[in-house]
Amino acid sequence: MIEVKNIKKGFGDKPVIQDVSAVMKAGQCNLIIGASGSGKTVLMKCMVGLFQPDVGEILYNGNDFTKMGRADKTEIRKQIGMLFQGSALFDSLNVEQNIMFPLSMFTKWDNKQKLNRVNEVLERVNLPDVNKKFPSELSGGMKKRVALARAVVLNPKYLFCDEPNSGLDPQTSLVIDKLIKELTIEYNITTVINTHDMNSVMEIGDYILYMHKGNKEWEGNKKDIIFSKNTRLNEFIFASEFLQDAKDMRMLERAGKISDDRNMDELLNNDAPQIIPPSDKE
Amino acid sequence: MIKGMFSRPENKKMYGKELIHQCVEIGIGSLGIVTIISIFIGAVSTIQTAYQLVSPLIPKSTIAQVVRDTIILEFAPTLVCIVLAGVAGSRIASELGNMRVSEQIDALEIMGVKTKTYLILPKIIAALLMIPLLVVIAMTLGIWGGRLAGVSSGIISGQEFDSGLKLFFDPFTVKFALIKSYVFAFIISSIAAFYGYYVKGGALEIGRASTKAVVVSCILILFADYVLSALLLKAN
Repeated sequence: MIEVKNIKKGFGDKPVIQDVSAVMKAGQCNLIIGASGSGKTVLMKCMVGLFQPDVGEILYNGNDFTKMGRADKTEIRKQIGMLFQGSALFDSLNVEQNIMFPLSMFTKWDNKQKLNRVNEVLERVNLPDVNKKFPSELSGGMKKRVALARAVVLNPKYLFCDEPNSGLDPQTSLVIDKLIKELTIEYNITTVINTHDMNSVMEIGDYILYMHKGNKEWEGNKKDIIFSKNTRLNEFIFASEFLQDAKDMRMLERAGKISDDRNMDELLNNDAPQIIPPSDKE
Repeated sequence: MIKGMFSRPENKKMYGKELIHQCVEIGIGSLGIVTIISIFIGAVSTIQTAYQLVSPLIPKSTIAQVVRDTIILEFAPTLVCIVLAGVAGSRIASELGNMRVSEQIDALEIMGVKTKTYLILPKIIAALLMIPLLVVIAMTLGIWGGRLAGVSSGIISGQEFDSGLKLFFDPFTVKFALIKSYVFAFIISSIAAFYGYYVKGGALEIGRASTKAVVVSCILILFADYVLSALLLKAN
């Protein structure tokens, strides 16, 4: 479990995070959502120790990470896996060497043991037979899966994912989301995901923290979010007209006003703006 | 940065591997350009010295003597190190810069790796091991290149050149060149590592950091060259 208590962080005179607190439990996907510039990446970087918060505590199972010495921090970091937005795979190493790196650095396993573990995690992320490929030879989705394999190779207690779906198509995003969710449950990991992908929120959001201009605006789960009355949150999640329609339909469905798919189509067609083909315009 | 480098490695074997990798990158990676530069500088030195020594009273073996001292004292350590600031220095700065902007350094930090120790220290040690070696190779090849040019153009015979090489030879010149090469090696690797490690921004900044690293290294090399010459040659 990770507890964030009253975190404040600024750069120069500009405050970026203002008094944010949250409890992120093990075995669930904890999502930090918010618009670009809302401070979610800074919060995550404070949580993993890449930034030192100005005020507040980050508790890993009750131990304050911000006040730990270098050696204690290193011990906690050995229990952390992180999936970066750009994957952050080592360019000069192939897939096998990338995943093997944490094993070589922190274990005394022989080569055979390390190779077995690498193959095991690669199979787990559905990427067999890419061992000898270099990151430049992989697609975005494959890179993300290799990075995920590297993040979990040491069986971490905590997994941080910074925008795991950025730059991926919706189907691949779904695969990555499901994989993160499965790994979280399988290894009872405290997973923290930074995202503004609403599909991810609805797919895997066990706990959701919505940030707005550096403040905690709302928290809850994926069931609460759709019926939330928080105006800012609604503006954020229903920024897409399609989602707004979907929300309206869901409301009507619940009220018993929509009985079948035909009614839904009619409703959508009635609300949809009239599209005039280019030839008819002239 | 320097202070942060000296902490206990997590795994000595991995650090050893990285050191060997850096030795290969800096040493073997720069050998080609050092060879070409040294041979041509030696050849040009011979021809230009011969052009200036017009008096029949000066023996031809003096050409070899001048070429030897010029190459050992200045061309091999200083010129080669300025070239290495461009070759090895820019490589170090851009490698670290790329690792920084693509979050590879952050990834290492989060794994619990001491990034300054793992990424910078092996580069500085490798430079301190390989650059003096490259300078020694440059001295040998420079003198050989001078002999080759002198003999093939008929300026001086091989025998005269060889006897000139032995004339008034002061072994301190080699020692002085090695001292210079150690100082320059440290400047090249540490300046490049500093600019690369602390890059902020994107691809454009990597290029800027790399250029800055080369320019600052060259200026510091020339300044250190002057200071070392003033101190050590005067004392000698």
